[in-house]
Amino acid sequence: MLKGKITLITGASKGIGLAIAELFAKQGSDLLLFSRNIVDLKKIKEKLELSYPIKVAIFQVDIRNVSSIKQAFETIYADKLFFDILVNNAGVMIDSTLQMMKEEALLSTYETNVYGTIHCSQLSLKSFLRKKGGSIINLSSIIGAKGSSGQSIYGSSKAAIIGFTKSLSKELAPLNIRVNALTPGFINTDMTKGRDEKFYEKNLSSIGMRRLGKPEDVAKATLFLASDMSDYITGQIIGIDGGMIL
Amino acid sequence: MNNQEKLVLAFVEALGVDSSVVINDLKYQGIVEWDSISHMVLISQLEEAFDVSIDTDDVIDLSSVAKAKEILGKHNIVF
Repeated sequence: MLKGKITLITGASKGIGLAIAELFAKQGSDLLLFSRNIVDLKKIKEKLELSYPIKVAIFQVDIRNVSSIKQAFETIYADKLFFDILVNNAGVMIDSTLQMMKEEALLSTYETNVYGTIHCSQLSLKSFLRKKGGSIINLSSIIGAKGSSGQSIYGSSKAAIIGFTKSLSKELAPLNIRVNALTPGFINTDMTKGRDEKFYEKNLSSIGMRRLGKPEDVAKATLFLASDMSDYITGQIIGIDGGMIL
Repeated sequence: MNNQEKLVLAFVEALGVDSSVVINDLKYQGIVEWDSISHMVLISQLEEAFDVSIDTDDVIDLSSVAKAKEILGKHNIVF
């Protein structure tokens, strides 16, 4: 579905980002992968290039740091690696009630989840304009759409992504650049591991399909939004939550 | 095609205007055709025509034809 395309994925070394990279590689897309963890990225590049007839370029990027992002984009453009799809996946979830929220957690959450997404989107325009079109897929969260106690900072950062997606889709539609967002529910990744049994039981009971989501569930929806199957779809926020109710 | 002709062609194609309109004093949002959307296309046309990558700050700063020449001058493009 993506043969001949190039996709940039942030936060690509694990969890949902890695699942997206694997599925997109399988579908024939060349990849530009961002992560702070260059060691893991090297292993992923090696594995994907051995498994599929694609090229993978990796970049050590701290998505909280605009200089780090700019440096990676400068290299990409210097090498004329104009890409078709941007997946803004990098994210951080720090649970805290508002009263107990530390300034550092607030900054880290917003710099990663909001500023990182905005900076990458802005710097990607050069590529999409050159390609005369493109697709941006932003990873928001069900918490951003519905809210959750103890997650006001994380939830508001993800709600910002929904607002960003809706406005940017209107701005870029005349240029054939589509912008959509996904709001995953409870997905089984490192980000959601390490909780007590009650936490899982409570969350499972709120999911209509009675199972946790898998990173691959999100990857499949991302593929749909990246591919020409969705070429008349923009400004949409799609839930990937198995019927979860918050 | 010399650099001046390349520059004019980029503006003509991006803004959909006649070449006679493309003078040094032509400013961003000075005509209806040079709006925020066509500005994005213009940047892309200039980058492609001159094989350069225009910095984000310069994208914002590119507010006239004269300024475009000044910014391209940073990339050793001479007019």
